[in-house]
Amino acid sequence: MLGRLTIDALPLYSWIAVGGALVTVMAVLLTALIVTWAGKWRYLWEEWLTSVDHKRIGIMYILLSLVMLVRGVIEAIMMRTQQAIALNNEGYLPPEHFEQIFTTHGTIMIFFMAMPFLTGLINVVVPQQLGARDVAFPFMNSVSLWLTAAGAGLVGISLVLGKFSTAGWTGYPPYSGIGFSPGVGVDYWIWALLVSGVGSTMTGINFITTILKCRAPGMELMQMPLFVWTAFCTSILMAFAFPALTVVAALLGLDRTLGMHFFTNELGGNMMNFANLIWIWGHPEVYILILPAFGVYSEVTAVFSKKRLFGYRSLVYATMAIGLLSFTVWLHHFFTMGSSPNVNAIFGIATMIIAVPTGVKIFDWLFTMVRGRIVFHPAMLFTIGFIITFVIGGITGVLLAIPPVDYLMHNSTFLVAHFHNMLIPGALFGYFAGTQFWFPKAFGFKLNEFWGKVVFYCWFIGFYLAFMPLYALGLLGMPRRLEQYTHPDWQPFLLVAFTGACFVLLGLFSVFMQFYVSIRDRNENRDLTGDPWDGRTLEWATSSPAAPYNFAVIPDVSNVDAFWEMKNKGEAYHFPDQYKPIIMPANTGAGVLIGLFGFLVGFAFVWYIWWLAILAMIGVIATLIVRSCNDYGEEIITSEAIMAIESQRKAQLMSQGKL
Amino acid sequence: MKSCRNVLLSEWLAILLALLVLSGCSMQSSPILYPKGPVSETERDLLLLATAIMLFTLLPVYLITFWSCWRYRAKGKGAYQPDWHKSIFVEVFIWAGPLVIVVAISILVVIYTYRLDPYKPLVTGEKAFRVQAIAQNWKWLFIYPDQQVAVVNELAFPSERPLNIEITSDTVMTSFIIPALGGQIYAMAGMTTYLNLRAYEPGRFSGRNTQFSGRGFPHMVFEVQSLSEGDFSQWLDKVKKANKRLDSISYQKLLKPERKHPVEYYSWVEPELFRQIIAKYTGASGALPLQKPRSLE
Repeated sequence: MLGRLTIDALPLYSWIAVGGALVTVMAVLLTALIVTWAGKWRYLWEEWLTSVDHKRIGIMYILLSLVMLVRGVIEAIMMRTQQAIALNNEGYLPPEHFEQIFTTHGTIMIFFMAMPFLTGLINVVVPQQLGARDVAFPFMNSVSLWLTAAGAGLVGISLVLGKFSTAGWTGYPPYSGIGFSPGVGVDYWIWALLVSGVGSTMTGINFITTILKCRAPGMELMQMPLFVWTAFCTSILMAFAFPALTVVAALLGLDRTLGMHFFTNELGGNMMNFANLIWIWGHPEVYILILPAFGVYSEVTAVFSKKRLFGYRSLVYATMAIGLLSFTVWLHHFFTMGSSPNVNAIFGIATMIIAVPTGVKIFDWLFTMVRGRIVFHPAMLFTIGFIITFVIGGITGVLLAIPPVDYLMHNSTFLVAHFHNMLIPGALFGYFAGTQFWFPKAFGFKLNEFWGKVVFYCWFIGFYLAFMPLYALGLLGMPRRLEQYTHPDWQPFLLVAFTGACFVLLGLFSVFMQFYVSIRDRNENRDLTGDPWDGRTLEWATSSPAAPYNFAVIPDVSNVDAFWEMKNKGEAYHFPDQYKPIIMPANTGAGVLIGLFGFLVGFAFVWYIWWLAILAMIGVIATLIVRSCNDYGEEIITSEAIMAIESQRKAQLMSQGKL
Repeated sequence: MKSCRNVLLSEWLAILLALLVLSGCSMQSSPILYPKGPVSETERDLLLLATAIMLFTLLPVYLITFWSCWRYRAKGKGAYQPDWHKSIFVEVFIWAGPLVIVVAISILVVIYTYRLDPYKPLVTGEKAFRVQAIAQNWKWLFIYPDQQVAVVNELAFPSERPLNIEITSDTVMTSFIIPALGGQIYAMAGMTTYLNLRAYEPGRFSGRNTQFSGRGFPHMVFEVQSLSEGDFSQWLDKVKKANKRLDSISYQKLLKPERKHPVEYYSWVEPELFRQIIAKYTGASGALPLQKPRSLE
């Protein structure tokens, strides 16, 4: 009846694991309790969970990502603590627990922290920057969100029922095969990726269409804000790269569940195919994560230097070049697999070529600052911190792209330091900068700047302390994923890295402190104009937060910095005497249902509960069919309703002296 | 005021110096920065050369960052030109600069990837010393085909001869490295990969698996001994006197997953054992019996 699910699934193998399970269960119960106590279930369901409004979907994505960030950082601290003490001893974590943690840390940070964060930012901002009222496929957007949440749910429930994979976040076979890893862990990993991967693919398709088809009249491709360009490029990468991940995870799933032999040692299986397939997704994935952050940096640098972006064309070409090149370098993840020097040299050079457009971007941001008037807002601090830190990661990246150097440094903590050096400043700092920058647009009040600076300095200092020692340790020959070690000369470096992780933890605390202080003081920090930073692009033309339809009248665009141009011409705000009614998509619970069924499909396959798997799959298909037959998927916002909202907006602008 | 600044400056310099010394000291055990063989030395030199070349990108970025943050801050002296957004001169510089550096390093890549191809035998006056390495859970078995002996977790060779290692795995994928001598290559079941290494002089180094492979991974290490001719024949005598022999039956026993397996000598090894192990996964004739994989979780 319950397949492999028995009482043994409870995590009683260590007290820390029991603690993790309890915290998870308590957090869920507490949230449910608070919502019940506040009597907000109905509000939550009608206004948020079933919403197809891109702004709300974006906010829910970012909330999911913050929850996952907390778990990811806690895991990082646990690993740093373990390595700081485990010289010639077992440390405080049992091996099977340590192994799960390095796997979940990577899986969570990539798939359930970074992906939802960037998708959230793109959701909140891109339609507004395009002068659009919503994304091209609002319902599909909701399905994407709930499939991502379902994947995150699978990783979450693995804390309570069963163990997670110990095969690392890339799950290399044959170790991850059913013979060597017979538990449910790898299945959790596979299904979390499969379920959320479908969501990511659909997000990619959705935003390619939105950006190509929903731009304001007059906006040519070469007039799109840089964030839209990077979102466009990221969406293309998502749509083309994620299917490879889906395929490779499915093939591994077939190996494990149906006894096939794609990647096994015996009977013709070949794990080298796995390495190829996963990195054909995996390398573009790096740029999926980083490009939106590059977009944020472009917007932030221009606005806080109070100057037009330098080299717009260069930046666009560089972005698209990076997108294209990202598909040509995957083999550098396994130079040490015994390829011929021809192959290794070609992929090494291809990898380095990416450094050219990336370098161009860095210089373009720097020259945007030159001859500007720089305001050191937290968002700008993150940008500057990114520039000086990312360059180091770029250098170590080029080093690792030299095959003979990679022979020495592969699988070492040098590699770990390198990719954190790319992803923390390159992606996470950008998401943080975007949060500081667009928060008022999403919520109508500004974030506290003091705490914003604390967040920046904690993460910045924490990053250097945590990862510079790992570069040194790599040179000392320390491999990654080491649960204990016998070299006393490694320990001082690991202690410094631990201190760095503590700073990062402090930084994480400050993130929430900043939200708390800002919400507490929201009345002093209201953004009544919708344009708190003297912005340049169209999202600042709407009210903060924007009306459900974003723009009562779709703007006409004729230049790169559309809103800046309008302000200069004195045409930024105009209120006609009459509005046309607007048709908007109606909220629907179908997305939540599909997410729920998706979760059940994954859960049932993990535990071999076949009847549930079949029922849940029927559920997904039935929900889609029923939803497709629904003729009432839209609602009309009447002219009167629009007039009411817009008059209020007009009054606010007048009170701020903007009209 | 000025003296105060000088004091501060000298203090900072002292701290910086102390840190440098400290880091220098503690890096001395680095097998990568202080290589013991020609392969690892060339790899290290390449690492340092490429780093030096790339400092040419680091410097302008840092200089422009700090200079513009200072000069164009709110109270800075820089002229404010809000519409300055293109300059052919700057564009050429920012595309050409990185391109030149990438071209320079690409030339290094081509030259050194061929020169340091791990499959290429090292040309010295001496004949290469052959060793076959087999990854197991969680130990390394070394077969010395020309001496007809086998050793677990210890790799010894005469220091004046280059090493030619054939590598495979009888379990999950692992990765074989001796950082002081260079290289790293995956060990995969049913396949052979090769490493050609050499030591400058007699010495002891450590080697290990760098690819996570389960519970015993942290201890999947082995000692490497580069021995003078006399020491090597002594070592060989010691191995030859061991009372264990490695045939297809005792090999099955050795396959049992074990952590911290001690060094173990086999005075005789079945000829062709390496090929028979690979044949388990390729279906070639004469294969050893294939066992079901065991849980490594």
